[in-house]
Amino acid sequence: MRDHIKVQVARYLPEKQSEQTFDEHEVPCPKDWVILDGLNYIKDRIDGTLAYRWSCRMGICGSCGMTVNGEPKLTCATFLADYGPGPVRIEPLRNFPIIRDLIVDIGDFMRKLVSVKPYIVRKYEKPLREGEYIQTPQELDEYKQFSMCINCMLCYSACPVYGLDPKFIGPAAIALAQRYNLDNRDEGAAQRMEVLSEHAGMWGCTFVGECTKVCPKHVDPAGAIQRYKLTGAIESMKAFFMPRGA
Amino acid sequence: MAESPAYTDYHPRWLRRRLSTYWWLEKPSYLAFVLREGSCLFVGWFVVYLLLLMRGVLQGDAAYQEFLAWSARPSVLVLNIISFLFLVYHAITFFDAAPRALSIHVGKTRVPEWIVGASHYAAWVVASALVCWLVLGS
Amino acid sequence: MIRRQPEPFLWMLFSAGGVVSAMLMPALVFLFGVAFPLRWLPPPDHEHMRGLLGNPLVALVLLGLCVLSLFHWAHRFRHTLYDGLQIKHLEEVIATICYGGAVIGSAAAAYLLWQAQ
Repeated sequence: MRDHIKVQVARYLPEKQSEQTFDEHEVPCPKDWVILDGLNYIKDRIDGTLAYRWSCRMGICGSCGMTVNGEPKLTCATFLADYGPGPVRIEPLRNFPIIRDLIVDIGDFMRKLVSVKPYIVRKYEKPLREGEYIQTPQELDEYKQFSMCINCMLCYSACPVYGLDPKFIGPAAIALAQRYNLDNRDEGAAQRMEVLSEHAGMWGCTFVGECTKVCPKHVDPAGAIQRYKLTGAIESMKAFFMPRGA
Repeated sequence: MAESPAYTDYHPRWLRRRLSTYWWLEKPSYLAFVLREGSCLFVGWFVVYLLLLMRGVLQGDAAYQEFLAWSARPSVLVLNIISFLFLVYHAITFFDAAPRALSIHVGKTRVPEWIVGASHYAAWVVASALVCWLVLGS
Repeated sequence: MIRRQPEPFLWMLFSAGGVVSAMLMPALVFLFGVAFPLRWLPPPDHEHMRGLLGNPLVALVLLGLCVLSLFHWAHRFRHTLYDGLQIKHLEEVIATICYGGAVIGSAAAAYLLWQAQ
């Protein structure tokens, strides 16, 4: 069992370069180290100019997504030793513009997320004295899987449709819209449908299924999108055949 | 700051990568996806084949026999063998995908996906048996 | 409020076509494309085939199979050209060719099956 591993790290320093380059370092790899530990070792001991995002280091904040040997991964949840003897190649998340080194711009996703209204929307907000909104465990199960999303955007990185057409709203946004649509306390399904029934909304998805494969929280955005397409299609048929409301 | 290609003061140029035209060759699952999409070509081809068959039958016994003889030609036969393989692949991928789109509830609980999938396969067996019985029967 | 767009309807046609073609085509292509040409099984005689086509129920199912499968092909092929080959500037031309082709094929199927009754 080797105790060191070769790590190739993508570098992009816009004030000095106009293209991406790769630095190679030899990094220790105890069996409990994750990729993030390796990156921290490089930054602390070898090259302090390396820039990357991370926070919770336990797979819940969604900050540390990067492309490891071509696959989108959470670097805090991927073991370094699994790639021995290496080299293991670390690049920024694909399909996003690279700001610097391993940092990508996530503004596009943030705007799309806001556009699907990811919060409980009600026509009438109950005042506190009327008590809580009641939800049974079965009603919770309807949307619980989709609420597990940590906004890490690995799904956007894996989605070829998003890579080809950045206007596509993307897997996580649609899954999160579904999370609220299926919540029995929510009454905003019609508003979200307007955004998502556009061409760059859910209809851009061709069910490649890669998003579900790479999701670290098993959210299954592909399943959410197909269910939403069926709902959307039925709503369209209703609107067409019964325009004055069903 | 000195003249540099990607940086003007306070405004770094972001690096944007375009997806290669051969993106679908980069991963086995991407290739499987493109093959699945490609199976639609054979669906279309078989409709044409069916239309030719129907036309042959309608024009009389001689035309029908001519069609059967044409269908035995090596080029047509190979095309249909490949079509058969792609159509089976289409069926399998479709029946694996359908349960994820359908959310069927019995009362308040959702029917497990594997049951929906199994029903599709069962229906496939019944439909195929029916087709064989109708075509080959009596 | 959903905007009036063709996409949801085309997707429904695509899905229905996918199910119908998946259920019926493998058996049909095995018989008429492989087994009969290779003489693994004797092909049905002309009288039997003519009788089948003349049956209104069989004709209806065949019509459904042809029409829905053609729209399944059209929708999927159009998306594959758009995504796979990235021919975005020809979007409308491709859509016209695909769905137009499906309409023409459907008309041919309807004509033939109507003639058969």
